[in-house]
Amino acid sequence: MLLTATASAVLMLLQQAPAEGTDWDAEFGVEVKERDPVTGEIPVEPYAQSNANAGATPYDSAGLARDFGGREGIARIAARTVDLSEADPRIAAIFAAHDMVRLKRTLGEQFCYLLGAGCDYSGRDMRTAHAEMGVTKADMNALVENLQTAMREAGVPFAAQNRLLAKLAPMSGQVVER
Amino acid sequence: MTSIPSCLLALAQAAAVPVAPLPAEPPQIAYAPVLDAEVETAPTQRALQPVRTATAFDEDGVQTGKPRLFKGGKLLLTNGISTVEGSSGGGIARWATIAGRQMPGGVGLSAHATAVELPDYGWRSYGVAVGFGDRLELSVSRADFDTRDVGAALGIGQGYTFNMDTFGAKLRVAGDVVYGASWLPQIAVGLEHKRSRDGALVRALGAADNESTDFTLSATKLVLARSVLVNATLRYTEANELGLLGFGTAAGAGYDLQFEGSLGYQLSRRAVVGAEYRSKPDNLGLGDDDWMDIFAAYALTDHLTLTAAYVDLGSIATFSDQRGGFLSAQVAF
Repeated sequence: MLLTATASAVLMLLQQAPAEGTDWDAEFGVEVKERDPVTGEIPVEPYAQSNANAGATPYDSAGLARDFGGREGIARIAARTVDLSEADPRIAAIFAAHDMVRLKRTLGEQFCYLLGAGCDYSGRDMRTAHAEMGVTKADMNALVENLQTAMREAGVPFAAQNRLLAKLAPMSGQVVER
Repeated sequence: MTSIPSCLLALAQAAAVPVAPLPAEPPQIAYAPVLDAEVETAPTQRALQPVRTATAFDEDGVQTGKPRLFKGGKLLLTNGISTVEGSSGGGIARWATIAGRQMPGGVGLSAHATAVELPDYGWRSYGVAVGFGDRLELSVSRADFDTRDVGAALGIGQGYTFNMDTFGAKLRVAGDVVYGASWLPQIAVGLEHKRSRDGALVRALGAADNESTDFTLSATKLVLARSVLVNATLRYTEANELGLLGFGTAAGAGYDLQFEGSLGYQLSRRAVVGAEYRSKPDNLGLGDDDWMDIFAAYALTDHLTLTAAYVDLGSIATFSDQRGGFLSAQVAF
């Protein structure tokens, strides 16, 4: 007993400090995902791209797209929604480990596609995109409120806001997990 | 026993031989520069914030074990407006919505006070409802119906006030008022057990009983594409004037199927205007009319909703054209 304890003490004293500048990521096999230098997005596993992934059929109304400020306005609203949600203590944790650059783009594309503003949706389908996030209905409500804030700030009429929500609300079954 | 001296020797040697040359500069603590560095991303900043002290009454609401009490989370106005019978609804019609602002796993509370001023009568009701998740609502309310001068005319006394207690329960069985398939409304079944506190008088008026239970089936959906809320409720009831004048008749008239419908238009997150219709039986032959209203509701804060309505309650106890104002305040957590 005493022998073992002493021997371990000796071994500990004899240990060398690791060399400075050790590449710990390499030592532990951590892969660092590099952001794409052009898009600034972290690459994802390949998947079949399709507008069907957007989860609903688009509106065919030039007036509705105009209410949202066209493609640019829609992209701004999507980005603002993501920013508000990332700063929202109710749901911020869900976004902590996610690529916000990519989310802003794909969310913008989805809104743009659904509103009939002439975009294609290149993101994943709703079930895959939200898999294992543990999203609750309360989280969904918080996101809806942030989207409503973003749309209100952009001056989108309330009835038009609801028309976008009308496309998104039926997707809750694919998003809410618990 | 010889091992101890040898170990001591090894220790002494280990102590004598410097393992590594002592650094000339002060030792670096590995984590210090990390904490001092500028933290860019919001998630990292939040992670580094000190954990606040948890109390039973912190900003997350009262915490007692698993259920989340009064934590809220519901979208504005989707808890409905308390009906005159204390349930979540649209003022006079019962909806399939669950009272309180709680989400699944939470417990919420709702309280209301309503006043209706009519040419010949005054109505006051107040009550509380507890909501359990998006599943169950339990409510209790009291209605006071002041007959004013009519009381004297009917010979029951000037300002005679009818009182009624309502104990309600409502269970959501399917659907969601906002989410899910647009064709599937939120559907709820429920009951309202009512006790008139004027037993002798309502029997004298011809009612069979002073207590009874209404059974309801409600479907409610917010049609977002049109910003319209639609509600339909079937009520199986034998109540005379909601039960203020007792239930059924001594002559044998009893349960009957009645309809309550609501249409609302959402002007903003906080404002909704609409109209309601509620059919009622006329068992006592006193000209008990169907009720109608047009209403405007405004969520002043997340917790306080005010409702004003113009109501047409038709004839009540043979006094016709009872049209007037309806004011209601609802506090919900």
